[in-house]
Amino acid sequence: MTGSWPMWEVFVRARRGVDHVHFGSVHAADGETALQAARDLFTRRQEGVSIWVVRSSDVVASDPDDEAELFEPAEGKDYRFPTHYELPPEVDHM
Amino acid sequence: MEAQDRFDAIIEADQRIEADDWMPDEYRKTLIRQVAQHAHSEIIGMQPEGEWIPRAPSLRRKAILTAKVQDEAGHGLYLYGAAETLGVERADLLDLLHSRKQKYSSIFNYPAVTWADIGAIGWLVDGAAITNQVPLCRCSYGPYGRAMVRVCKEESFHQRQGYQIMLTLSEGTDAQKLMAQEALDRWWWPSIMMFGPPDTESIHNARNMAWGIKRYTNDELRQNFIDMTIPQAELLGLTMPDPDLAWNEERGHYDYGEPDWEEFMQMVRGEGEMPAQRIRIRKSAHDGGAWVREAAEAYARKQEASAA
Repeated sequence: MTGSWPMWEVFVRARRGVDHVHFGSVHAADGETALQAARDLFTRRQEGVSIWVVRSSDVVASDPDDEAELFEPAEGKDYRFPTHYELPPEVDHM
Repeated sequence: MEAQDRFDAIIEADQRIEADDWMPDEYRKTLIRQVAQHAHSEIIGMQPEGEWIPRAPSLRRKAILTAKVQDEAGHGLYLYGAAETLGVERADLLDLLHSRKQKYSSIFNYPAVTWADIGAIGWLVDGAAITNQVPLCRCSYGPYGRAMVRVCKEESFHQRQGYQIMLTLSEGTDAQKLMAQEALDRWWWPSIMMFGPPDTESIHNARNMAWGIKRYTNDELRQNFIDMTIPQAELLGLTMPDPDLAWNEERGHYDYGEPDWEEFMQMVRGEGEMPAQRIRIRKSAHDGGAWVREAAEAYARKQEASAA
């Protein structure tokens, strides 16, 4: 039964020293062929040195309806940022 | 906040709608149709150029054209991936293409008759595509915009290699120059018709602009492309096949003649042998690959069973 290959999310590390970043998705029968497909699709121009693939169905995501509830409480908490603190010019580089 | 209000607020603030967000049915339908048609165009676009890989005039040109055709396949995959975030299955989209219930860009129903056509396609067809696609990077639907960013990065090589073919031919023998001129004559009008019917005729312009799916009108994009391309043609020493082309000092743009919209409509309707041939080849490639897909699945099942 074809056409029902699972989807895999692809993460690519651009170079040593940086995080893997989400690049997109591929369909593949298994993880190994997902890796090969991701290599062919996303790194034909030396875009990366390492690839992760994760089954899309394994990703647990926050609900967009919860966006306000989850993230808005951080609004108005300026004291979490260094710019909140006004210091004399002599030490303002701190 | 009501779902519709939230959607409107995101659009109003020029932010992006993401896959999990609520969106109006019409917005979703419009995007599925547009992104799928765009994906189909990429993979059908492999055919006119793929035919020229065995006939490319040097090993270097073969390698370049192979890389370009491979990019088109990749662009198709980026776009099918973006379409799938809207809740459709890739296999179903391919079925719709094969049964001709969804369209692809009619530009790919023109034949590439000489090697110079490969130059003209890269320069003009990819040039027009880039003009269309750069604003799409800012499309209000996030996954489509991100796919477009990747596509545009790769597309620039396509246009430059096409122009370079035209440049080489136009610096060559009289016969080669003529080949370049004839290819320009063939591809100019189809290329400027790629932007779609004039704004006065375009039924979806206003709504898609309001939704941030479209950022410029058909005529704005067409004008932009024409203004950019004319100096490039002059540098090649070629003549534009439009006697009405003239710089308009007042407008700060080139004036141009009326394309043959009747021909455009015939092409959109998919009349003639070429569309049937494109679909036949596409379907036979798909069917011919069935055993590979089956083998990959059988292998995956076997690996899973032996791991358990």
